[in-house]
Amino acid sequence: MSWLTPTMQELMLEAFLETLAMVGASAAIAVALGLPVALLLHVTGRDGLSPRPWLNRPLGLLVNALRSTPFIILMVAIIPFTRLVAGTSIGTAAAIVPLALAATAFLARLFENALREVDGGVIEAARAMGASRMQIVLKVLVPEALPGLVAAVTVALVSLVGFSAMAGAVGGGGLGDLGIRFGYQRFMPEVMATVVLVLILLVQGVQSLGDWLVRRLSHR
Amino acid sequence: MPAIRLAGLSRRFSPAAPPALDGVSLEVAQGEVFGIIGRSGAGKSTLIRCVNLLERPDSGTVEVLGERLDTLAEPALRQARRRIGMVFQHFNLHARRTAAENIAFPLEIAGIGRAEREARVRELLPLVGLEARRDAFPAQLSGGQKQRVGIARALASDPRILLCDEATSALDPETTGEILALIGELRRRLDLSVLLITHEMAVVKAVCDRVAVMEAGRIIEEGRVFEVFTRPQQDTTRRFVAEVIGHAVPPGTLARLPQPRPGEARRLVQVLFAGPHSTRAVVSEASRDWGLDMNIVSGRVDEIAGEPFGVMALAAYGPPEKLDGALAWMRGLGLDVQEIAP
Repeated sequence: MSWLTPTMQELMLEAFLETLAMVGASAAIAVALGLPVALLLHVTGRDGLSPRPWLNRPLGLLVNALRSTPFIILMVAIIPFTRLVAGTSIGTAAAIVPLALAATAFLARLFENALREVDGGVIEAARAMGASRMQIVLKVLVPEALPGLVAAVTVALVSLVGFSAMAGAVGGGGLGDLGIRFGYQRFMPEVMATVVLVLILLVQGVQSLGDWLVRRLSHR
Repeated sequence: MPAIRLAGLSRRFSPAAPPALDGVSLEVAQGEVFGIIGRSGAGKSTLIRCVNLLERPDSGTVEVLGERLDTLAEPALRQARRRIGMVFQHFNLHARRTAAENIAFPLEIAGIGRAEREARVRELLPLVGLEARRDAFPAQLSGGQKQRVGIARALASDPRILLCDEATSALDPETTGEILALIGELRRRLDLSVLLITHEMAVVKAVCDRVAVMEAGRIIEEGRVFEVFTRPQQDTTRRFVAEVIGHAVPPGTLARLPQPRPGEARRLVQVLFAGPHSTRAVVSEASRDWGLDMNIVSGRVDEIAGEPFGVMALAAYGPPEKLDGALAWMRGLGLDVQEIAP
């Protein structure tokens, strides 16, 4: 990156690490929270293992509400909650809270779709063998959906890279923020170009890794 | 004690639709292969699912080896299901488990330890002829091999009862034959009672001892396979039987038959040879003793459930009273003689 000054290079590295931290941490939280939510949505759904409309509908509504709120608005709207969780409302840690929340809702739906793809016949076979509902979830549903779940995480990671560009609004830093502040506001096209290039490489890398994992897990 | 006893099973999926099951009762004796045949929508799938309560009947009782299953609470029902093996049309294997892991799955569910599971899989693989494919994933197996895995899995927890839900319907005819032969062999070796549903009479002919014909949620005919094949009572049954035996004479052939001479009549009959007279020279005796001309339009000899059985379509020409006499004589021999509409 000789076309950037040493200072810019340092800033670029720092921003890259911030993006990685924001995307990685929020994705980890989103997977941990999104999978149980997706399982709950799937299992309590109309054709699920134990239909519970009183639980399924409000949960589905909540997920939809989070998904339909534009991220930039969500980020500002939940500042009190962010302060409660992260102890601050500015900086990388503060950006992780709204990112994780948005990604949880997003992933919950993607995970739910992946679970829905599991062949109902395999579940029926497990029931016929005397499997309990818990066994069906843990030994059939999740393992059979695994390639789909990994594909969903890949999609979410790529979206998170995009969302994280808005983290600058709460002082979260990251590549997007760097691009706006230096590339756009200070007319440094070489910075903007580098930011875009790094983001493209990052997204490509994530996607390729995800695709490779899905292929390895599928056995098709 | 019958292997399976179903009494008065009814099931309706929606108040507007006709019932899927409408008061079905049947008994499967221990050690027999009992077939249920019907068109799609006849209710046979619902019926077989009621045996292990995958489907709950609205009314009626389900007994397996003397135990009422429909009154059991969930945990006890799960235990009972482990004693009933089930094989599916689309195999329903776990795509991400190898053949051996699929076969071991019911044992895993039952909480059996790894060493014991592996020992059991080693016994089961040769039983279905899949030793060489133990580490293959379902996507790497042919349809027949997948069903062999399905059968081994169904037998893993050593059940006395095997339910086959259209187990060969997704397979080609040759593979169907192999799988049916395997089911027949396993039934004898493992002393299984088998309830199978199918829409193919060939399947019934190949493995079943008894058969029930279902239509619109009811059993309309039931009996030993040989009896049902040779003396079908209902039109639906006749159509199923015709699929395998080909009773019907092609209309083009009928149209091309010569017309009777003046003063004579023509009778088209289908004669079923079964039992003691199945090998008697009925046609030549009738033409000689009654002075008739007999034209054999079609005919074949077959074996059903090990008993010989023939079917022949005849065009008989002669004076009307001689024709009536000859047909009465044939009926007197115990042959099933039916007029075919010309």
